[in-house]
Amino acid sequence: MRVPVSWLLEHVDLPSEEPSADAVGEALIRVGLEVEDVVAVPTTTGPLVVGRVASVEELTEFKKPIRYCRVDVGAEHNDAEGEGAGTRGIVCGATNFAEGDLVVVALPGVVLPGDFAIAARTTYGHVSDGMICALDELGLGDDHSGILVLPPGTADPGDDAAELLGLGDAVLDIAVTPDRGYCLSVRGLARELAGALDAPYGDPALLGHDLPAADGDAWPVRLDPSSQCRRFVARRVTGLDPTAPSPWWLRRRLLLCGVRPISLAVDVTNYVMLELGQPMHAYDAATVTGDVVVRRAAADEKITTLDDAQRALDVDDVVVTDDSGPIGLAGVMGGASTEVGAGTSDVLLEAATWDAPSVARAARRHRLPSEAARRFEREVDPAVARAATDRAAWLLANYGGATVAPGVTDEGPFSDPVPAPEPVVMALDLPDRVAGTRYERGAVVRRLSQIGCAVEVAGADPGDGGGAGLRAVPPTWRPDLTRPADLVEEVLRLEGYAGIPSELPAAHPGTGLTLAQRRRRQVSRALADAGYDEVLPSPFVAPAVFDAFGLDADDDRRHALRLANPLDADRSLMATTLLPGLLDAVVRNVSRGLRDLALYQVGQVVRPGAGDPPAAPVLPVDARPDDAAIASVLAGLPAQPLRVGAVLAGAWERAGWWGPGRPADWADAIEAARVVGRVYGAELTVSADVHAPWHPGRCAALRYGDTLVGHAGELHPKVLEALGLPARTCAMEVELDRLPLAEDRPVPAVSSFPPVLLDVALVLDETVPAASVVSALRDGGGDLVEDVRLFDVYAGPQVGEGKRSLAFALRLRAPDRTLTLEEASARRDAAVETASERVGARLR
Amino acid sequence: MSGTNDLYDPKQVAALDPETLDAARADASAAFAGASTLEALTALKPAHLGDRSPVLTARREIGALPPQARSESGKRVNEVRVAIQTAYDERHEVLSAERDERMLAEEAVDVTLPGDRHPRGSRHPLTQLSERIADIFVAMGYEVAEGPEVESEWFNFDALNFLPDHPARTMQDTFHVEPAPARQVLRTHTSPVQIRALLERDLPVYVVCPGRTFRTDELDATHTPVFHQIEGLAIDKGLTMAHLKGTLDAFARAMFGEESTIRLRPSYFPFTEPSAEPDVWFPQKKGGAGWVEWGGCGMVDPNVLRACGVDPDVYSGFAFGMGLERTLMFRNGLPDMRDMVEGDVRFTSAFAVEP
Repeated sequence: MRVPVSWLLEHVDLPSEEPSADAVGEALIRVGLEVEDVVAVPTTTGPLVVGRVASVEELTEFKKPIRYCRVDVGAEHNDAEGEGAGTRGIVCGATNFAEGDLVVVALPGVVLPGDFAIAARTTYGHVSDGMICALDELGLGDDHSGILVLPPGTADPGDDAAELLGLGDAVLDIAVTPDRGYCLSVRGLARELAGALDAPYGDPALLGHDLPAADGDAWPVRLDPSSQCRRFVARRVTGLDPTAPSPWWLRRRLLLCGVRPISLAVDVTNYVMLELGQPMHAYDAATVTGDVVVRRAAADEKITTLDDAQRALDVDDVVVTDDSGPIGLAGVMGGASTEVGAGTSDVLLEAATWDAPSVARAARRHRLPSEAARRFEREVDPAVARAATDRAAWLLANYGGATVAPGVTDEGPFSDPVPAPEPVVMALDLPDRVAGTRYERGAVVRRLSQIGCAVEVAGADPGDGGGAGLRAVPPTWRPDLTRPADLVEEVLRLEGYAGIPSELPAAHPGTGLTLAQRRRRQVSRALADAGYDEVLPSPFVAPAVFDAFGLDADDDRRHALRLANPLDADRSLMATTLLPGLLDAVVRNVSRGLRDLALYQVGQVVRPGAGDPPAAPVLPVDARPDDAAIASVLAGLPAQPLRVGAVLAGAWERAGWWGPGRPADWADAIEAARVVGRVYGAELTVSADVHAPWHPGRCAALRYGDTLVGHAGELHPKVLEALGLPARTCAMEVELDRLPLAEDRPVPAVSSFPPVLLDVALVLDETVPAASVVSALRDGGGDLVEDVRLFDVYAGPQVGEGKRSLAFALRLRAPDRTLTLEEASARRDAAVETASERVGARLR
Repeated sequence: MSGTNDLYDPKQVAALDPETLDAARADASAAFAGASTLEALTALKPAHLGDRSPVLTARREIGALPPQARSESGKRVNEVRVAIQTAYDERHEVLSAERDERMLAEEAVDVTLPGDRHPRGSRHPLTQLSERIADIFVAMGYEVAEGPEVESEWFNFDALNFLPDHPARTMQDTFHVEPAPARQVLRTHTSPVQIRALLERDLPVYVVCPGRTFRTDELDATHTPVFHQIEGLAIDKGLTMAHLKGTLDAFARAMFGEESTIRLRPSYFPFTEPSAEPDVWFPQKKGGAGWVEWGGCGMVDPNVLRACGVDPDVYSGFAFGMGLERTLMFRNGLPDMRDMVEGDVRFTSAFAVEP
């Protein structure tokens, strides 16, 4: 909410000098208001005066309308002699004024906001001895549709206009938190300011107005209970002069609050809303037919709102109706059919208190975040409705020549006398105990009184703790105060958070990171150490990516969680694998000229599986739900396993003075997975697999024991093409939650006896995986085989078509003696024998 | 030379002749001095010190002498042999030194050539920051709690005292998940982990909850729909707002140095009462030390405790949370949040791997 400082200070009784705008802003921040900006109304220097247009001469020989005006700017500034003595000549391009109008004139020597210096000059064949100002030129908003015409009687020619315009004032821009609806008004903000400055406060709602005593109804109004309308106050004024302008002071305040003045009737309702926080509506009473009924909308009902939009109503919408049907969407926006207009002289004023959730739902449903809805959904003081209608009626009578009818309609459960809110009982020392300090005697009662509570202290020693308590009846504008904790916050913030001491609680014995948390960190560190860069791509993916991946129609990865309101309609799914995000990152880097890439990500994926989750039960919030209820909510959530993914493109080893580089390949991707496995103490076993989006001949399934933990290898060329990825891009993805979490690792027995090193070259069918030969050699060689390492792969004429030769280095060692060559050779022969039996190996 | 002494004839043992020996010594010295390389020197060795060299031939002849003549001849031969060996060794040492010097000079390289056959990897600064913060709190006795990113509305809103239809709920621009009756959202903050921690753990509870969070903000320089928070929760007997302030002060000092401190401004969050927004005094702020807005905090609302089965008359506590992207932005003076999410390796690489 934007509000001029001068308006706030009008309701705060400060003994000495007025605080600066910045000081006011600081004070409000101290008590919890988000003052986003303090904007000074720009000042001018030099003679800025009120003028009365004496004569207008239309200059017609130019392409656009130009007027030469003689303006009476007061004896001090008027030409003393000559043809136009007693006035001053000014050329003006606006046409929205007439002879006799009061305007604001910047005389030569004035510097307007934006360093706009005014000087006498000859233009369009006349000497223009000053400028008639528009609002924007004066720094009051952005309206440049015409010059500012002041209402008659506002001032006299020659009067200082700077003071009249309130230049030098400042406007606070305040973001009001959802719990403080009352602060969407001068009434509420001034009360906060008074509390912050510890100064007396004058409530504008208590301003009395000389109006006819209430006698009968203003209009017959019936509230259907379904409407949940808390209070509906109406008052009628007749004989309004529809052409009467709003007084300048009122227009000025609206302008500074960012509200465009329109007409007296509309301006008055807006003004009262800003001042008292009560949104109001003015109906053209001549267009309202029959009784007013407030109810929920019927199915198929429609309304055309003030913004000329026709809206289909929902049965949850609360509407104000007359015999013609809906004439207002309660608390959100009025209807066009009963709008006050240029000919309206008979006005029905409404100030209602609506049910906050109903208004919130309707505003959201119709996408109408109006000023009224913003206040009603934060709750409006039900007690201020009558004061607001009286204030509006009085303003219309005073400035529009209207007569206030004696009738006052006041309906609903919160009609006069407005029921008092429930009292809150609190231990007097609770604020001390929450803050961890000791407030001075009487502070609690004084602060609660300041915010409008009626406070009674019970107990022997009201100023002390020791079991003394208080009973506070919160004010009607503070529906948020229902518990002792709420009162505590009021005391603490008004006393100032700066007074709360800083005290570190005694250290609590914790157990440190869990094993899973440590492993996760280690995975990240191990991959970074291995040369991978971590990225954090977005989890939002397009369904098309699964087609690009070549997934089968029934692949579980196609069962992705769908967002109801994605930012990008194309990317409406939550990723079921880390690869799309990582591959996006590859594409982006490549497009930026970075081609040698090794990227990784550790993160959750969402795997809802087939079928929709069940409707969730609504659990209580006033006590812990029972375990079964909690379990049922948790069971409805999709599986979200933790994974690590890595992608490789371009060179793994770079070319350089040492020779050519080496492109990243499938083996690097598998090695990355092994690095991850080793963090968990798990040696992953590798077997060939066919699994999209990998290359069917270059894809490894990774297992720990019998558990599939992921895949690695080179990606399918079609996938690379579809996604615009570099050729031979490789990837791996491993589910960390499937790796073992063991604190204890085996303690190896380190033999100090010398090893025997033996090499064997085996010829095999080329389809036999190397990993199976290794395990055959290990199994056949038995416990004396310490290590088996593949050191050469050969395929060619010497071994024959469809065959290849694998050369292994065996390291054999005994734990308790020096192994003899004979014994080692026997083991080697046994190993080869086993390889021969299992995979058809023969010695080369 | 024959090894037999059967036909003893002193005239035959010319090899023991002193002149011959002196000549052999002189020859060797001259030859060694003339060798200009180690290879050349080594090639000379057999001729002067080898089995067939004059001095070794002479030594073998000693056995043919009468016993009374052996001692003197032996002495003479040995002197010559040692002298030749010494000459050889000295020359060898000189030539070795020359060779070493030459070789080291020849093997010199340009040490400014690059050695990065494979570039170093790096961890994302947000991950490292998150771990750094978690470690600070672990050092204070906190544990790290985690939860899922797709979360039930009961955890994300209801249990945190967000009333249905209250504007506070719409303030957090929420990604909703289909189908609606399942009441699931992408968590808008890490606060649902507070609820999980209170439901799962025994009191007292001291946890920090780092994690990824989501709101429907379009990506720009200061907003991203996917971001990270870290949140702290302490529930114990007798915890006060002074303890909250003291904890945040300690946190600020650990993060930004001894000069750093916290001030609190009143604010509003549904799950805390009283609520506050901390400003941190940041000594290294661009353009001079100053206050920086740093998240939200407050005393846990009794309604939250009640929803988790914790008696608010016995236990109290505080919670606080901050955005990691924002923290990284002001700590490192980063102007644009998009760099953190786009995955450009030049950004991540700059942060390498912190110890």
